[in-house]
Amino acid sequence: MIAPKEITYAGGGALSAPPEESFVLNLGPQHPAAHGVLRILMRMDGEWITRAEPVIGYIHRMHEKMGENRTYAKFLPNTSRIDYLAAMHYTHAFVGAVERGARIEVPLRAEYIRVITSELQRIASHLVGWGAWIMDLGGLTPILYAFDDRERILDLMEHICGARLTYCYYRFGGLCNDVDDYFLQGSRDFVPYMRKRLKMYRALVTDNIILRKRLEGIGIMDAEMCRRYGVTGPVLRGAGVGYDVRRAEPYSIYPRFEFEIPHYPAGDSMARYLVRMDEMEQSLRIIEQALDQIPAGPIMGKVPRVLKLPAGDFCYAVEAGRGRFMVRIVSDGKDTAYRLKLRTPCFANLSPFEEASKGMILPDALAMLGSLDLVIPDIDR
Amino acid sequence: MNPTLEQVSEDFLRLIGPIPAPAATAATPPPPPVQVVDFATRGVNLDITVAPGQVVAAAELLDRHGFSIDTVTGVDWLAQGQMEVVYDYLHFTANLRVAVRARLPRDNPEISTISGVFPGANWHERETHDFFGIRFAGHPNLTPFLLPEDATFHPLRKDYQP
Repeated sequence: MIAPKEITYAGGGALSAPPEESFVLNLGPQHPAAHGVLRILMRMDGEWITRAEPVIGYIHRMHEKMGENRTYAKFLPNTSRIDYLAAMHYTHAFVGAVERGARIEVPLRAEYIRVITSELQRIASHLVGWGAWIMDLGGLTPILYAFDDRERILDLMEHICGARLTYCYYRFGGLCNDVDDYFLQGSRDFVPYMRKRLKMYRALVTDNIILRKRLEGIGIMDAEMCRRYGVTGPVLRGAGVGYDVRRAEPYSIYPRFEFEIPHYPAGDSMARYLVRMDEMEQSLRIIEQALDQIPAGPIMGKVPRVLKLPAGDFCYAVEAGRGRFMVRIVSDGKDTAYRLKLRTPCFANLSPFEEASKGMILPDALAMLGSLDLVIPDIDR
Repeated sequence: MNPTLEQVSEDFLRLIGPIPAPAATAATPPPPPVQVVDFATRGVNLDITVAPGQVVAAAELLDRHGFSIDTVTGVDWLAQGQMEVVYDYLHFTANLRVAVRARLPRDNPEISTISGVFPGANWHERETHDFFGIRFAGHPNLTPFLLPEDATFHPLRKDYQP
């Protein structure tokens, strides 16, 4: 047996540091709560954050430069690597910008398939965000359910284009493959299945008292803060602003469908949570309508063999899983872009973190960080 | 109260003031500073060119109308010896998109920051400084952001050699 060592304290006063002393806490760049290589430098006063500065750029790949030194078609696969959880939306914005510039008409059937796959993608994206966020909060089970549901979507996507995550399914003027009955029937079956699951998630997670205590009134980002920082997506709708690019700047054939833009006025983490849960239901509604209306026909429009955009400036925005994603192409009439700007939602959605996290305790700040549903390659590009 | 396109463009005409007559030597006259453009073909409603000294006033004008900052970026016009800074704004409820542009001399690209009006511009301006070397005067923290912390190069300049 080892005898306990006798320790004498020189001062004999209180062991804890005086309360006014602050220290720097380095969160990340390798941290499970950051969902990737995000680093946040936090100046702490005990458990309270006095200042939190996100440090980004660890996986910066300079997509915008790549867009300038290769043709439009060669850059297309890059766009699905920006936000790998909502790749369809990102390719949609890029093909949309090129189609807008080159004035390419997209056949109606292709537009319907784009809407169906985009909405399936939105559900898959929200499911990951939901599961990973609940895992941050200490609930390890929901992510397994979420991945089970998402797997069904990924299987359908794999069936139509071969990829499970980084799709290159949308092409300038249409799609690379038509969909078959397997996909259409699979999507149709998915709608009632997912509705049942969402009901179960409400009972399992949404109404859970522990979750509500962790999220309600935590991490307030009001509409004015969102406006000053350019925050979009579910975070903005969780601040009571019903802004959705699908409504505000109608693209593809979204005006043909009936759906609501869920928004909650509270501006806290719970509001953002509820927005995402409701959005999945609305996506199912859109998928159902699109499956009922989808016409037969070609899936590829008339596209010139050498694709050149006329000189000018063309923007195209979509409502991606995490908010407004915009592509700006500045063309000088050649087959490559003179300048390609990618405006990503997570970049803007993270920027108010410093202001919003001031005075919060660390576990609450991490709950708020989860509520932003960040994808780091989307911030760093 | 949502602003209308007419209100915003009128306010901009007032802000920009009288337009100097184009030089007789210019081959093509410069485009008008306030252009209402077709959204379906361009993706913006209003395309505005201001003098570099007017970008803060332009941001304040749009802030008064309830606009939000979308993004800030640059374009390097090597042949003309100019750098263009493009500010994108959007309105959440009026569904308006406004692009504000300013051209700077390429050998000394410096412009005032608008991060005092829209704090969201802080990060966008840091990114633009990284990529183009455009300095935003008065910016609180113009340090490398997406590039490595010791980066002294600006990769989106057209004369950049890796």
